[in-house]
Amino acid sequence: MPLPADVDTTSPKYLRDKYAIVGVGETTYTRGSGITTRALGSWAVRNAIADAGLKPSDIDGMLSYQSGDSTFGPFIAGDLGIRLNFYMDVFGGGSSTEALCGMAIGLIEAGMCKTVVIFRAMNGFSQVRIGGTGARAAAPVLGDMLHNRAYGWQSAGQMFSLTFMRHMHDYGTTPAQVAAVKAIHSEHAGNNPKAYYKDRVTVEDVLNSRIICKPLHLLDCCVETDNGTAIVITSADRAKDCRHTPALIRGVVGRCNKPRMDMHYQHGPISTVAGHYGKDILWPNAGVGPEDVDITGSYDAFTFTTMLQLEDYGFCKKGEGGHYVSDGTMRLGGRRPNNTSGGHLCEGYTHGVNMVVENVRQLRHDVDDSCPIGPDGKRQHTYDYRPGGCRQVKNVEVSANLGWAMPGTGSAMVMRRGA
Amino acid sequence: MAISATYLGMPLEINDLDVENLEYFKHCAAHDFHLQRCDACGLLRYPPTTGCPFCAHAKSTWTRVEGKGAVHSYSEVHHAIQQSFRQHTPYLILLVDLDTQKGKPTEHQALRVVGNLATPDGKLAPPDMVKRVGIGSRMRMVFADVAPGLSIPHWTIDETAQQPANPWRYPE
Repeated sequence: MPLPADVDTTSPKYLRDKYAIVGVGETTYTRGSGITTRALGSWAVRNAIADAGLKPSDIDGMLSYQSGDSTFGPFIAGDLGIRLNFYMDVFGGGSSTEALCGMAIGLIEAGMCKTVVIFRAMNGFSQVRIGGTGARAAAPVLGDMLHNRAYGWQSAGQMFSLTFMRHMHDYGTTPAQVAAVKAIHSEHAGNNPKAYYKDRVTVEDVLNSRIICKPLHLLDCCVETDNGTAIVITSADRAKDCRHTPALIRGVVGRCNKPRMDMHYQHGPISTVAGHYGKDILWPNAGVGPEDVDITGSYDAFTFTTMLQLEDYGFCKKGEGGHYVSDGTMRLGGRRPNNTSGGHLCEGYTHGVNMVVENVRQLRHDVDDSCPIGPDGKRQHTYDYRPGGCRQVKNVEVSANLGWAMPGTGSAMVMRRGA
Repeated sequence: MAISATYLGMPLEINDLDVENLEYFKHCAAHDFHLQRCDACGLLRYPPTTGCPFCAHAKSTWTRVEGKGAVHSYSEVHHAIQQSFRQHTPYLILLVDLDTQKGKPTEHQALRVVGNLATPDGKLAPPDMVKRVGIGSRMRMVFADVAPGLSIPHWTIDETAQQPANPWRYPE
């Protein structure tokens, strides 16, 4: 169907709802996978393609990213007999998933591919730990690292914690408020049979856990796991032939950064993160605002990264994030649940993909919890969010995923439930 | 000339191509803090870069800068990653707003310079000193000598300055 004459096709806005995530898949979240990242990636991609109701030969594009360990797209493609028209493996961390979704849309829009898989595979516990220990700690310090690692300023927790410390100073935010993020995500993980940590923890448990680097306690930090995760993107037209209700992509902001890269915190208030800039791209492109969003998926590498992103993308006013993340809004049954899978803090650490996977399933109204499966093969959700129960959010229509790599870089994606 | 040295058990390297860092640490080795001043817009920048982040001009001149300022934020590390830092925990990572160029070119910009809290002779601070420093503390720069042409700038309490009555500390 031709676009109406008044559509500005030079704007990314006209890509709204033209592309969809049609398949999602993952491996088990473990500590000690016992297999290579190539095998983890192959299983995740295989599962996502099957979930879409497609065959490997339907895939002609593959995008991936790595910081630490992973494998290359062409190896996975080779293992599954896929012939790629385009692949790209980029360096990257948490701001990569949504950015690569934008890249997949561009590839399909340009006619270079028809259906693109994005994956991330990592033995993040048993091989290369993101926390910076092992071989990384022993490597020579050179270049830009002379201005951070030489000061014992190396792990993500050490690098990012200054933003939260300053937020506490400027706004009176308390450790207990951000500890609520862990407590809430642990409630969600308790209703997720796949989560690595399923036990509920309280705010007091977080505050009583040992200090890693002030203001971070051990339980403010995410769980390092081994796993692979994958998503399949194609056009909304092709999505009609796929197995599930598509998750239509409303808009993407891909790897937006602060005016100066922020690891030395030269620009702006240091507790202002890239989402502050990203929101001016994300919401106009998506044609919705934060008030229209039913569920969020935050990059919860640490409890406070969730707070900073939700603030800066406009889910609450700057400085009120501590209240927002602790007042029950983000809880299952609350007004806008966040990380209903348990996220990085509890489900497992997969550098951003698992919260997209979760929101796709939420938009399908078919989250894999412990609710009974009906005669149509779908879960009969009870919306009873007590421990071990349901985690499907009722009537979800719009979701937002907020990716973060460093305080100064972020990417985000808004999706809506398709027909 | 390239430098290879060991500092707190860590191998540090600056190769011949990294002319910005060679120059930066050469001044530090003389215990004289220098930053690049852009030849076009006149603004100082930190850390060393190959172009001006404010106007994109490529040329700059190394300029002496006073190593004084106030703590903007900090982290207190109890779980060290580097093996050799473990005997020094808890240690402070400080982000210090230099008095020079504070609030320029815009309100929330500054030269925010990283360093550990150190004794006046450049050694990582003992625990009783760590407890005295918070946001707002007045600091002065000191140096840890590593090798010819390489000293690491750090921060120590400026005992000659008027200190805030209660520097902001993480609530215990």
